[in-house]
Amino acid sequence: MSEVTASPTTEPGSDRPMIEIDHLNKWYGNFHVLRDINLTVTKGERIVICGPSGSGKSTMIRCINHLEEHQQGSIVVNGVPMTNDVKRIEQIRRNVGMVFQHFNLFPHITVLENCCLSQIWVQKKPRAEAEKTAMEYLERVQIADQAQKYPGQLSGGQQQRVAIARALCMRPEVMLFDEPTSALDPEMIKEVLDVMIELAHEGMTMLCVTHEMGFAKTVADRVIFMDQGQIIEEAPPTEFFNNPRSERTQLFLSQILGH
Amino acid sequence: MTDSTFRTEMIEAREAPDQSRGVIGWFRANLFNGPINSIISIVVILLLARLVWPFLEWAVIDADWIGTTRDACTGEGACWVFISARFESIVYGFYPEAARWRVDIVFALLAILVAWLAIPKMPRKKWVALFTLIGFPIIAFVLLVGGMFGLQHVPTRAWGGLMLTLTIAVVGIVGSLPLGIILALGRRSKMPFVKGVCVIFIEFWRGVPLITVLFMASVMLPLFVPGNIDFDKLVRALIGIMFFWSAYMAEVIRSGLQAIGKGQNEAGQALGLGYWQRTGLIILPQALKMVIPGIVNTFIALFKDTSLVLIIGLFDMLAIIRAGLTDSNWLGFSTEGYVFAAAVYWVFCFSMSRYSQYIERRLNTGHKR
Repeated sequence: MSEVTASPTTEPGSDRPMIEIDHLNKWYGNFHVLRDINLTVTKGERIVICGPSGSGKSTMIRCINHLEEHQQGSIVVNGVPMTNDVKRIEQIRRNVGMVFQHFNLFPHITVLENCCLSQIWVQKKPRAEAEKTAMEYLERVQIADQAQKYPGQLSGGQQQRVAIARALCMRPEVMLFDEPTSALDPEMIKEVLDVMIELAHEGMTMLCVTHEMGFAKTVADRVIFMDQGQIIEEAPPTEFFNNPRSERTQLFLSQILGH
Repeated sequence: MTDSTFRTEMIEAREAPDQSRGVIGWFRANLFNGPINSIISIVVILLLARLVWPFLEWAVIDADWIGTTRDACTGEGACWVFISARFESIVYGFYPEAARWRVDIVFALLAILVAWLAIPKMPRKKWVALFTLIGFPIIAFVLLVGGMFGLQHVPTRAWGGLMLTLTIAVVGIVGSLPLGIILALGRRSKMPFVKGVCVIFIEFWRGVPLITVLFMASVMLPLFVPGNIDFDKLVRALIGIMFFWSAYMAEVIRSGLQAIGKGQNEAGQALGLGYWQRTGLIILPQALKMVIPGIVNTFIALFKDTSLVLIIGLFDMLAIIRAGLTDSNWLGFSTEGYVFAAAVYWVFCFSMSRYSQYIERRLNTGHKR
């Protein structure tokens, strides 16, 4: 227990990596979904992960907040090594925000309550303070006027922006995005990407699984290409899009950019 | 040749065409929109008239209402004097007359609390709910059982009538819901021991008929328990009824839990909420709302099945009415007795049904999944 509480958060000037993934291996039964993943993310870095469906990209980022359990290798988030201890996992989750493909807002409570819930129950903030923080972030994703509505009354793009605000309310050190625009109509993709770009400019550490290559070109520090559970290529966006080295990457890029 | 077309002005939204053309329009559209439907409608209306009218004649128009003895029953129709003459015992059973005010207080308190919780505008719901679950049972126990604070002790043998029916129903409903929730959660647990215990409990109680449970509770149990421990017969029946219905409740609630997408739990996890927080704040509110019809269905079944306790010698409302039929002064009024009993059960069950529909509408937050 003392070990858990004693783990330090990032002090200014510390250049310790925000996320360290070392030889991560994961199986679903006998199926080897993640194979020897090594990845280090420093504070403020923006990473875009792409790859064909079933390549393990979602599974990988879901391991970072233990929505998926891994069998081999290690994950260290903000200096806290991941174990199977529930307290430890919850400590890591408090520092890691996540945005899902299908938003996963809580449909039975209002937008405002969605944003307050974890502040009140996890961070133990008084309600008034939690609501203030929630309204701040709802303002930032430009949806404050919908605060009293229920998620079911909003459009997909609005719901996803609320989901981003909900995650930000916990003031996380890292944000994970799991295909945040894949379930949206084309007209709504932009409003969500705009919020994500703004967030990137503010220096948030971000890992985004996405097929929005425009987004990758504008904000990513590194683009990671995954296939068959492994990292095939890892490069800055200009290099990644102009001179992809592996044949598999070239094929993938030609398929998603070639129309 | 294809011309390209384009629109310079947008079309304004218009009102929907009027489809309801008064009462006659409704009848024409729904009952008489064709020769076959017209014939079916007429036949059904005639049949209903043939059935309903004689019943009304018997129950209302030709009925005798006023009087105290059998001599008042002169008309062709029903003689409700049978009910009014025995009304006290139908409500209180064999509860001593001098102490019946205690039952009245409990009834009134229960009615006030239920109304308070059921009407949305009433303030301080949380405290009233807490009082209903903790304070009220203690007060009701003290008042009904007595034997303390100078109140005369009334053994449960003397309980009966509607009072006993309501006692069993309320205890059964209040007990089986939380127990059912715990069993449903336990059955979905990843811990093999917890899961195993819940599965065995549910499958055992669901697999035996309620009558068997009641017989076991009243006849068999005392054989296994040392003679000096005297379990009250009513308490044994209550525990049996609670366990039996909690197994049903658990399966109803489990179907609700199953319907909640995995994403809800994951979103809670990602926000750092613990198991009980996710369950209590996210999963259960949605799951319970979804299975309100099933829960109320179980409540209604429970309410009606309280009448089974008559086979172990507890005199609930139906048993009291049946006992009244054997009274030599009142032979031959069984129809009145059973119609009255049915009406009372129906009023309670129908109220529950309507209230559940109202709650469903009120809790609807417009989400599809």
